Amino acid sequence: MTSAAPLEVRSLTKQFPIGNAVRRAHVHAVDDVSFELRPGRITALVGESGSGKSTVARLLAHLYEPTGGAVLFEGSDVSRVRRRRDVLRYRSQVQIIFQDPFGSLNPVKTVRHHVERPLRIHRVVPSGQVEDRVHELLRTVGLVPPEDIAAKYPHELSGGQRQRVAIARALAVEPKVVLADEPISMLDVSIRIGILNLMQKLKEERGIAFLYVTHDLASARYVADDILVMYAGQIVEHGPVEEVLADPLHPYTRLLVSAVPDPATKTDAQQVELRHGDASAAVDPAEGCRFRARCPLAIEVCSQVTPQLVEARSRHTARCHVTAPAPTD
Amino acid sequence: MTSLAEQLPVQSSRKAGLLELRQLVVEYGSGQRRARAVDGVDLTINQGEVLGLAGESGCGKTTIASAVLQILRPPGRIAGGSILFEGQEILGRKEKELRQYRWRNVSIVLQSAMNALNPVMRVGDQFIDAMRAHEKIDRRHALARAGELLELVGIDRRRASSYPHQLSGGMRQRVVIAMALALEPELIILDEPTTALDVVVQREILQQVEALKRDFGFAVLFITHDLSLLLEFADRIAIMYAGEIVESAPAEAFATNPRHPYTQGLLKSFPPLTGPLPHLTGIPGAPPDLRDPPAGCRFHPRCPHCLPAEHALYLRQTTERPRLRTIEAGHQVACHLVEESAE
Repeated sequence: MTSAAPLEVRSLTKQFPIGNAVRRAHVHAVDDVSFELRPGRITALVGESGSGKSTVARLLAHLYEPTGGAVLFEGSDVSRVRRRRDVLRYRSQVQIIFQDPFGSLNPVKTVRHHVERPLRIHRVVPSGQVEDRVHELLRTVGLVPPEDIAAKYPHELSGGQRQRVAIARALAVEPKVVLADEPISMLDVSIRIGILNLMQKLKEERGIAFLYVTHDLASARYVADDILVMYAGQIVEHGPVEEVLADPLHPYTRLLVSAVPDPATKTDAQQVELRHGDASAAVDPAEGCRFRARCPLAIEVCSQVTPQLVEARSRHTARCHVTAPAPTD
Repeated sequence: MTSLAEQLPVQSSRKAGLLELRQLVVEYGSGQRRARAVDGVDLTINQGEVLGLAGESGCGKTTIASAVLQILRPPGRIAGGSILFEGQEILGRKEKELRQYRWRNVSIVLQSAMNALNPVMRVGDQFIDAMRAHEKIDRRHALARAGELLELVGIDRRRASSYPHQLSGGMRQRVVIAMALALEPELIILDEPTTALDVVVQREILQQVEALKRDFGFAVLFITHDLSLLLEFADRIAIMYAGEIVESAPAEAFATNPRHPYTQGLLKSFPPLTGPLPHLTGIPGAPPDLRDPPAGCRFHPRCPHCLPAEHALYLRQTTERPRLRTIEAGHQVACHLVEESAE
C-alpha cells in the first residue's frame, strides 16, 4: 500500500480578471486541475510560459486564493484558511522555493539569519539548539564549512549556493511538501545538476513530496517520478515520467518532446511541424479542446466537446479525443 | 582608393575568415576592481558558417559580441588585440564608419526582444527608421520592404502597424531577427536569442534562421549557455571559461571527442531526454571572480584532473596558463593534461 498523499489537489481553478469594466474577460489560468503529491516522490509540472504551472505552485503555497476547487492537506481543505495560526501551521508543512535566488534572499542579512528565522518563528527547536540546527541544515544542502557560510551575505555566494540557502531555509521547518518553482532555470548550467541531485537526496532521505515546476523536459525526466503536462490552464497529460516522455499520448506533449534540442540530429534532418496557435486559448475558453488550433490530429469533435482526462493506459491519463478517447458505455 | 584588404599580402591559400579576433582583451573597471572579461581570445568566423560560442554567465561571451559591434560602454574597454572584418581592422574606426559597419555588415539579435524594440513605436516605423539611417530610401519603399521582411520570418505584413506589446514573445523575437536582416549583413550575432522563449517557439525560430541562412548566406555567431542547442545547430563551437577560449572544434567533435575537462563537465550537465539515464554530477564549485582569477589554468580549482599528488603536472596547472593548441585538424584545446598526454 502506498502511503497517503499529504497534499491533494481537487478540481483546482483560478481565474484572473482582465480587460476593463466594459469588456470584462477572465483568464482561466488554472482550470479543473487535480493531482496528489506523495511522500518520497517528485512530481514534475511542465508546460510553456503562461500555461498556468507557476500559478498552481502559488495556489498550493497559499499565495493565491483559488476561484474554485480544494487543496487538501492531510485530508482537510486548506485553500481558504485565513487565520494566521492556521496559515503558519500549513506553511510549516508546505514550503516553496522560487526561481530567483537573488530576489528571494535579503541582501543585508546573513545566511544564518535566513535559516534561523523559520526555526524561531515556527519554534522548531529550543533556542539553545538553533545554532547547531542551522549548521546541520547547511551541511544537508552541501554548504560546507557551515560555520563560514552562515556568516556570509547573499552577494558573497554564487547563484547555486544562494539556491541551496533557499532550500536550507525551506527545510528548516521540516516540511512534508516542497514546491520548487523553476529552481534551476536561473542557475549556471554546470551547477544545475547539483540542485537536482540534492532534491533527489532529500526525497529519498526525508521522504519529502516534491512538486518540481519546470519548462525543461530533460531535467524533469532526470529528477522526477511522475509528470503533469499543462496547456492553457489544464492538465493535458499525467503519468510516470519515463513513459510519458518516451511515448506521449497528447499531441501537445509530443510537440514539446520533439522540440527539445537533440544533439544527435541536426535541425535540417528534424523539421518539426509547428502550427501557430492562439496564445489566448485560456481567455474565456469556448467549449472544445484548447489545443485544437495547433493540433495535427484535430477532428470535428475537438471543436465541439471539451475532452476529459481519460486513463488510456495504466496510471497514464490524457485529455484528447483522438489518442485517449472516452470509453463508450 | 584601394581598400586596406587589397594592400595586404594575400593570406596563403587558406580562406580568410569573415571576422577574426586576435588576442582580444576587454577590461571592465580599473585598479583593484579591474576585471578582464575577455583575456586574449582568438576566434575566426568564416563566411556562411554558424559558430557557436558557449559558456556560463560571466564568462565573457556577451562582452565579445559588444566588442565586435563596438558598442562596449564604459567602464568596459578594449585593452588589446584586434578585430578584423573581411581583413580590415575595426578598432579605432570613426563613429561614422562604424555606423555603416553595424547593421550593414554585422547585426545583432539580443536575448530580450522587448528591450530591443521601442515600446511606443509601431513595428513598421522601427524598420523605416533603421533603414533610413543607413540608406536613401523613402518611407513607402521602406515600409514595403519591412512587410517583405516580416513575411520572411513568418509574420503577417499587416503586423507592421502593431506595437511591440501586441505581439507574443516569439513574434517579437522574429521581428528583431527580421530587422537584423534588413540590410543583408554578412554576419548576424545571436546573443541568447531564445533563452526567454519556450522550447517550441525556440525550435520554430531556429528553423527559421536556418532557412534564412540558406537563402541569404550570412554567417552566424550564436552565443548561448545551452551547449545542447549548439550541438544541433552550429557548424563549429568554441567553449569559453573565465574570459578564455578553452576548446574549439567542429560541432561533431564535441559529441565524439570532447577534450577539455570543462567541456566534458558541461556535456555531463545536460540530462538526456532519451536513452539511458546516467547519474550526472555537473561541475563542482562555481566560475571564478574575474577580478581575481586563479593562477595558471583558470579551471584548475574545479578540475577533477588537477591533483596535488601529481606534482609536476599540478605545478604547471596552478602556475602556467595553458595555451590553445591544435590537437587535430580544426580542433584546439587549452589544457596541460591534454598537452602532456599527447607528448
